[in-house]
Amino acid sequence: MTAANPHETLEQITGDYKYGFVTDIESELAPKGLNEDIIRFISAKKGEPAWLLDWRLKAYRIWLKMTEPSWAKVSYPDIDFQDIHYYAAPKTGKDGPKSLDEVDPELLATYEKLGIPLKERGILAGVAVDAVFDSVSVATTFKDKLQEAGVIFSSISEAVKEHPELVKKYLGSVVPYSDNFYATLNSAVFTDGTFVYVPKGVRCPMELSTYFRINEAKTGQFERTLIIADEGAYVSYLEGCTAPMRDENQLHAAVVELIALDDAEIKYSTVQNWYPGDKQGRGGIYNFVTKRGACRGRRSKISWTQVETGSAITWKYPSCILQGDHSVGEFYSVAVTNNYQQADTGTKMIHIGRNTRSTIVSKGISAGRGQNTYRGLVRMLSGAEGARNHTQCDSLLIGDACGAHTVPYIEVKNPTAQVEHEATTSKISDDQLFYCRQRGLSAEEAVALIVNGFCKDVMLHLPMEFAVEAQKLLGVSLEGSVG
Amino acid sequence: MTVMLEIKNLHATVDGREILNGINLTIRTGEVHAIMGPNGSGKSTLSYVLAGRDGYMPTQGSVTFLGRDLLALDPAERAAAGIFLGFQYPVEIPGISTMNFLRTALNAVRKARGEAELSAADFLKLVREKAKTLDMDPEMLKRSVNVGFSGGEKKRNEMLQMAMLQPRLAILDETDSGLDIDALKVVSHGINALRGPERSLLMITHYQRLLDYVVPDVVHVLAKGRIVKTGGKELALELEREGYAPYVGEAA
Repeated sequence: MTAANPHETLEQITGDYKYGFVTDIESELAPKGLNEDIIRFISAKKGEPAWLLDWRLKAYRIWLKMTEPSWAKVSYPDIDFQDIHYYAAPKTGKDGPKSLDEVDPELLATYEKLGIPLKERGILAGVAVDAVFDSVSVATTFKDKLQEAGVIFSSISEAVKEHPELVKKYLGSVVPYSDNFYATLNSAVFTDGTFVYVPKGVRCPMELSTYFRINEAKTGQFERTLIIADEGAYVSYLEGCTAPMRDENQLHAAVVELIALDDAEIKYSTVQNWYPGDKQGRGGIYNFVTKRGACRGRRSKISWTQVETGSAITWKYPSCILQGDHSVGEFYSVAVTNNYQQADTGTKMIHIGRNTRSTIVSKGISAGRGQNTYRGLVRMLSGAEGARNHTQCDSLLIGDACGAHTVPYIEVKNPTAQVEHEATTSKISDDQLFYCRQRGLSAEEAVALIVNGFCKDVMLHLPMEFAVEAQKLLGVSLEGSVG
Repeated sequence: MTVMLEIKNLHATVDGREILNGINLTIRTGEVHAIMGPNGSGKSTLSYVLAGRDGYMPTQGSVTFLGRDLLALDPAERAAAGIFLGFQYPVEIPGISTMNFLRTALNAVRKARGEAELSAADFLKLVREKAKTLDMDPEMLKRSVNVGFSGGEKKRNEMLQMAMLQPRLAILDETDSGLDIDALKVVSHGINALRGPERSLLMITHYQRLLDYVVPDVVHVLAKGRIVKTGGKELALELEREGYAPYVGEAA
C-alpha cells in the first residue's frame, strides 16, 4: 500500500495503537552498523572511563562468536545487525539537560502525550520518573527528594560518572557480559538506562519508574537497568515502554539486573506496550530482553510483575537466583498476543539456598493468530533444603486461529524440595460473552472484562497507579478479537 | 395501554433446525405475561431470540419493541433499550466481583441511554439498598460473579441485576427453577417490586408455583414453537391439573 503520508496509512490500518506517533525532533545518529569504532563512539559520547570501554569491547568480541538462540517458539526473518543505528540522541546543543527546565519542550510534550508528565506535579505526583528517549535519558524527576532519603535514582550514564564504585561492583554481576546473544550485544552497545541504589535500612519513599520511548527509525534500543537494594532496603520500580508505528521491525534488547542483599526487597513491575505491528503482522518491536534478579541476602525477596501486551515478538524470562537462605522469588505475568504477535516468555527460579520459596503465576491470552508460549524453569539445587515452588500457569484462547503452549522444565536435586505445577487452558465461552452483552456491554467490553477477571491474580500485584492503566491496555490490545 | 412488545409470525432456527414456527404475541405496557410449556417447546429459544443471542436466527416475521425493530439491534443495544433477560443458568465470570460487574453493566447501559455514570458513592448506596430488599449479604457482592454461588444465590443475583438496570421489559427464563420455597418467596418479592405501570414482564416457567406469588395478567401455552392457547391466570391452574399432553397432541 502506498500513500502520501505513510504514518496516516498505518494508523488507518491498525487504528488502536494510540502511542504510534513520531516526535519531530532533531537527532544525533551514529552511522548504521556495528564494529569496535561504533562502540568506541558510544563510549566516548558518554564520556566513559576506560574500564567500561574495555568491558564493552570484551563483550563485543565474545558476541562475534555467538549465534542467535533458536530454541524459542518464535519465528522471524534474520536480523541484519549491520542495518541498525546503535546510537540515537535528541540534539540538545549542550552536554545534556541539567534540570527539567532545560529539557526540550518538544520532548516534554511527547511524554505528556504518553500520559507521563515529567513535571513534578500532576497525576503521578507520587512517582519519580526517569525518561529514556531512544538512546539517552532525558529527564529524571524528584531527584532531590530521593536524595534526602539517600536513594540514588539516575540514568546509568550519570551513575557511571558519579558512583563508579557501585556500578563497577554490580554491573554484570547478575547477567555477565558473556551471558547470551542479546545480553552480550547489549553489554557491548548499551546506551542508557536506569540506576537505582537504596541504602541500608531505607524504604524508598516513592515508586520509581522509567519510561522508555523509541522514536527514531532504524534504531535499536539497548538499555541497561541496575537496581541494588542494600540490607533491609525496599524499593518498588516500574517500567513502561512505547514506540511509533513503523512498518519495519525494530530491535529492543535490554538487560535488567537486580540485587537484593539481606532482608531487602525489590518489586519490579513492567507494563510493556511496544508497538505490536499491524493487523497483518507488519512492523513491530522485537523485544529480546534479559532480566534477572539475585536474592543474595538472607530473607531477601524479588518480585517480578509483568503485563506484556505489545511487541511483535517477546522473548523474555525475568528470573530469580535464590541464593540467600529463606529468600523469596515471585513472578506474576500476563502476556497477550493478538493478530500476528508471538510471545515466548516465562521465568527461571534457581533455588540455591535453604528454605527458599518461589511462586509463579502466568496468564497467557491468545487471540487472532497470536502464538503464546509459557517457558519456565524451576531448579532445586542440592543445597536447597526445604525449598518450595508453586507454579500456576493458565492460558486463555479467543478464537480458533491462535495458539497457547506451556513448556515447564523442572529439575530437583534435593529430596526435601517441593515443586507444584498446575496448568489450565480455556476459551472465552459464548455463554460468558452473551451474558455480558445482555447486560449492556459491547462485545469488546465483554472480552476486556472477562480477560481482566482472568488476569486478576496478576493485576493485583501492580502498583495502584498503574493497575487501572494496565487494565485498559488489556482491553485495547484485544480490540477486534471477537465479533 | 400502549403496546410494548409486538411479535408477529416469528420463525427462528438454531443450527438449521426450526424451533419457533410462527409466534404471535403482544405485550402491553404494565402487563405481566407467563409462557408455559413442556420441555423442548421453544421457551428458552424465544427468550434468546428476543435478547439477540448469536446462533438463534430469526428467519421470518417481526418483533417491534417500543416502536423499534428489535431484531435489528445487537444484544447490548437491546439491553440499553430496556430488554433484560434473567438467565435460567446464570454464567460464572471468575475474577470479576459482582459489584464490579453491576457497576460496569449499569454504566454501560446508562451511557447508551445518554445518562451520566453514577458516582462511586451513589452506586454503592443504590446497590446496598437493592441487595437488602433481596435479602442478600453485601459480602456476596465482593465474590466473583456467580462463582461458587448456590442456585438460590445465582437467581437472587439475577434479580439484583434486574433491580439495578431497571429494564422496561424483563424476560425471566425459569427463574423459579432450583429454588426452595423461601428463596422462591424472596425472588418473587424482587419481581413484584419491579412491577409497575411503566414495566412489563414475560415469565417463562414450567410450573405454576411461581405464579402463586407473581400473578400474571395473561398466560400462554407454547408447544412445538407456537402459542397454542392464551388465557387468564386460571389457565395456569388448569395446566397444573391436566398437564401439557392435550396441547402437545393438538399442535402435532
